[in-house]
Amino acid sequence: MYIVDMLGITKTFGELVANDNVDFQLRKGEIHALLGENGAGKTTLMRILYGLYRPDTGIIKVAEQPVEIHSPKDAIANGIGMVTQHFALVPPLSVAENIVLGNTDGFVVNRAAMEAKVAAAADRFGIVIDPKSLVRHLAVGQRQRVEILKALYRNARVLILDEPTAVLVPQEVDALFETLNRLKADGLSVIFISHKLHEVTQITDRVTVLRDGKLIGTVDTKDMSQSQLAAMMVGRETFGVTRKDEQHEQQPVTLRIDNLCAKNDQGMPALTNVCLEVKAGEILGIAGVGGNGQKELAESLCGVRDCASGSIQLAGKELIGKTPAGFTQAGVGRIPEDRHEGMVGDLTVTENLALEHLNEYTRSGVLDHKAIRTRAEELIHQFQIKARPNDPVRTLSGGNMQKVLLARVLSRNPKAVIVPQPTRGLDVGATDYVRQQLLEQRDRGAAILLISEDLDEILALSDRIAVIYEGEIVGILPAGEATPERLGLLMSGAVKEH
Amino acid sequence: MEIFIINLIGATLRVSTPILLAAIGETYAERAGILNLGIEGTMFFGAFIGFFVADKSGSLWLGFLVAVLSGVVFGLLMALLTVTLGVNQHVSGLGITMLCTGLSLFAFRLNYGGRSIPPSIESFQQLAPFKNIPWLNTLTEQYLLTYVAFLVIVPLAWWLLYRTSFGLKIRSVGENPEAADAAGVNVFAVRYAALAIGGGLMAAGGAFLSLAQLGAFTHGIIAGRGWVAIAIVIFGNWNPVRAMWGALIFGGTSALQLRLQTMGLQLPIPYETFLALPYIVTIIALVLAGRNASYPAALLKPYRRE
Ligand SMILES: Nc1ncnc2c1ncn2[C@@H]1O[C@H](COP(=O)(O)OP(=O)(O)O)[C@@H](O)[C@H]1O
Ligand SMILES: [Mg+2]
Repeated sequence: MYIVDMLGITKTFGELVANDNVDFQLRKGEIHALLGENGAGKTTLMRILYGLYRPDTGIIKVAEQPVEIHSPKDAIANGIGMVTQHFALVPPLSVAENIVLGNTDGFVVNRAAMEAKVAAAADRFGIVIDPKSLVRHLAVGQRQRVEILKALYRNARVLILDEPTAVLVPQEVDALFETLNRLKADGLSVIFISHKLHEVTQITDRVTVLRDGKLIGTVDTKDMSQSQLAAMMVGRETFGVTRKDEQHEQQPVTLRIDNLCAKNDQGMPALTNVCLEVKAGEILGIAGVGGNGQKELAESLCGVRDCASGSIQLAGKELIGKTPAGFTQAGVGRIPEDRHEGMVGDLTVTENLALEHLNEYTRSGVLDHKAIRTRAEELIHQFQIKARPNDPVRTLSGGNMQKVLLARVLSRNPKAVIVPQPTRGLDVGATDYVRQQLLEQRDRGAAILLISEDLDEILALSDRIAVIYEGEIVGILPAGEATPERLGLLMSGAVKEH
Repeated sequence: MEIFIINLIGATLRVSTPILLAAIGETYAERAGILNLGIEGTMFFGAFIGFFVADKSGSLWLGFLVAVLSGVVFGLLMALLTVTLGVNQHVSGLGITMLCTGLSLFAFRLNYGGRSIPPSIESFQQLAPFKNIPWLNTLTEQYLLTYVAFLVIVPLAWWLLYRTSFGLKIRSVGENPEAADAAGVNVFAVRYAALAIGGGLMAAGGAFLSLAQLGAFTHGIIAGRGWVAIAIVIFGNWNPVRAMWGALIFGGTSALQLRLQTMGLQLPIPYETFLALPYIVTIIALVLAGRNASYPAALLKPYRRE
């Protein structure tokens, strides 16, 4: 008997099909993994179950009864609780207030009684938390416990956890798994969203794999090896790599990264002793599942993020300690991951093209508009930007925006180019164009660090491939030896190759 | 001297009342995440419609009731614009202020024409519970609404916000509507309710001026008190009790400057300087208290699920 059936669920966001006719069935008292790469549609499917999104088509049954879930209120009434990826807590309120919010006993809230009741519930479910503390004073692991208790307090029979371990340190993960196993023994059904294979094999009974919004299959965990799961998750067949291979052995190392460590925005370690070398005329691809330190790596290499320790050398010159402008002047070209971050949407194409180098167009404090305009026209022509010089950048398509960024950075002939996710969200034509430009830069002799979650892209462009997992480089392979399976295993953290 | 001080305190309570009512109204709105810049206009309309209905019907209480209802309506209009339609809160609020001001002036002109002396009515009587003790009488001879504002509205707002499930919902939708929604709270309904209550209180503040304190309606009757109330909400750190102290500071300096003007001091400064005093004090208080103001985190942000 299934406690939850989701049948034929389709959900689109504009053009994008986030869930494509997906079936998902949850048994009572099991821990069921929802596995898939970033963007596979896991969160979307569960937000539908919790009433945060409405599906375009499909039916949902709870305990074999068809139900309509229009809001989290309906989901809660059906015994479904969800711990979202970004915690849904109100920081200035106390733990107890957060837990009873929307589920108070009466109009008047008696603090003492409320706290006692929450404490009793925490006791019953074996969750250690002080009902009186303010949520804003709690660490991430504790906040997660508040979220779980909040769901259980509402008598959840189904608990959805969206990437619960992403924010936890290993000890906290162990504690979480202990709690989950205990709750499972009490009859709770758990949906565990993850892209980490070792966690999935460790804690779950069954696995449902999603890829590009489609259901790949549901299997019993015990029948599957990590590499079989990896293949289901990554699931790419052969790649059409048509690219002349050259010898880079003789080339000098342009970009040398030694023992680089950095923290993420939450102050947790995001990069641990990263060591990489990129030679002139080489593309080094960084493969990895999103959120494993890619963003922090790209930012560190452009001087946007302060590094805790380590060194970054460009052609033998140390860059650590320089400002982002210093990095640029030294010869690092940066194409930001978020296109909108690299540009000012309300300024024109011309102005954006000149933005990083205004001092070169300045004559005694006044901008030389004619020179800026002439240069912009050259670049628009050279980089095939489909826009007029005076169009505001925000009116451009994603592909043309990316071309403006490429033009600004690549026209300077940088010694090293850092490109995180250069083709994310672009259409096929623009993607090809961007990749072509990167290959041209390589042939010119630039050292290129390509960070991408798209394995096709990594395999199509890279001369060597490094895999990042939880902020560490877990393997470096020459392109000739890299297969999707081998990379998939490294990406999932199942193995390390050094 | 004692008489001067007792007199001053009594006047302070009176002068603070409309600003206090409006500030508590704004506190409800902002706690739920909506900056209601319609406050000035809602007060103005409340002052006008209260006066108009009282004048035509002869019932002060009917006028007051209609005024409060009009505030509720404009609160709901603000909710429709910002909560349901997701229009920018600054634009909606200022729009409502302009709408209210225009409507009031238009209706006033239609009904009272261009008189040189503003029309007046027999205003509310003050209560005098301690008639026989002169000094205490000076202090406590106040309008019923002043008593209600200080002794009922403020404690009630505090109790509602911090001791009831409704208040918990208001605070949570103003801080993190996603979280409130995920917890099963109807974010839209809570914001509508907070804006409706807030609008009613703002209009009550305006009606206090026309029906009690002045017993008349003039074009300059509100004179920026709505804006001051917004400053007081920030000064009060979105806490009704602290907002009360803010209203008292403004009311106190207003009452003081009136007395300084009429004392006939031969000072080499123009009397307008005194007029500016309450505003200057408000700005200073705001600068001092506003530095560690903790805004409701979701203030100004419309909420959408997808
Ligand atoms: N609210 C939204 N609006 C537009 N696109 C969305 C929205 N939520 C998710 N998407 C898109 O749907 C796809 C699936 O996203 P998601 O379900 O979050 O994936 P996962 O959780 O598996 O990483 C992604 O391409 C994402 O960009
Ligand atoms: Mg997700």
